[in-house]
Amino acid sequence: MNDQQTLLNPHNWVKTYADYLYAFAIVRINDEELAKDLVQETFLAALQRTAAFEGKSTERTWLTAILKNKIIDVYRKKSSGLKQVEMIAAEPDQEFFNPDHGHWKQEHWPQPFGIENHDPLHNKEFNHILQLCMEKLPALWLSVFTMKHIDDATSEAICTDLKISPNNFWVIIHRAKLNLRACLQKNWI
Amino acid sequence: MNKLKKIQYDCHKATFLMEKRTMKPLTLFERVELHIHLAGCSVCRTYKQQSYLIGQMVHRLLYNKATEYHLDEKDKKVMEERIEEELKK
Repeated sequence: MNDQQTLLNPHNWVKTYADYLYAFAIVRINDEELAKDLVQETFLAALQRTAAFEGKSTERTWLTAILKNKIIDVYRKKSSGLKQVEMIAAEPDQEFFNPDHGHWKQEHWPQPFGIENHDPLHNKEFNHILQLCMEKLPALWLSVFTMKHIDDATSEAICTDLKISPNNFWVIIHRAKLNLRACLQKNWI
Repeated sequence: MNKLKKIQYDCHKATFLMEKRTMKPLTLFERVELHIHLAGCSVCRTYKQQSYLIGQMVHRLLYNKATEYHLDEKDKKVMEERIEEELKK
């Protein structure tokens, strides 16, 4: 038995890490079957690469890194409509704002949600609507949004992983929030 | 100072700066622009509050979700068997 195999213990992987990796995947891709497949693939890919494991990180960190790459592949595949987004991004945002001077169009003025002072973070129904609104976002926007909010990834890291330009990145961050907010307003008030 | 006059009406730019600020420090000029805009625009002040709230809620929602999901034992068994199979090769 070589060194790598004494550092790694594949017999215990499922017992020790499967739930953790599954949760990691589900949060990021929101698809139970796919998440399950990715965890399985991660274990198998890891087995092929045991020789590359140097013991510099923990087993868990190492497995998570493999899974993360698989998730990014999914993001890239899902956002194959990327070209289209690049095109839209070049247009000024005319849905919410007046194209001449950038002022809100009156019908899109943010209205108070009316729960600002009632611990909205714990309002179940409001959270439910938020979840539905998130699911309506285009796949690429949701990927960007998820990486930002759960991994605290930097803008540079997200651009590299998802192969988008910084300019497009900021447009997506802006649009995703504008759309999410508008969706909440429409479905809550 | 034409640019500073323009920013007073530019909610598109102001909301953009508010989102950018969550990930990158703004330049001094951008900070001034945003400050001037928010001072005169109550609609964007509402946006600011809601944008922050939504950010917090998304964060929490994603983290809560992570604790809710578990694999069932059947799936784990299948995974274990696949690994053992590979190890025998």
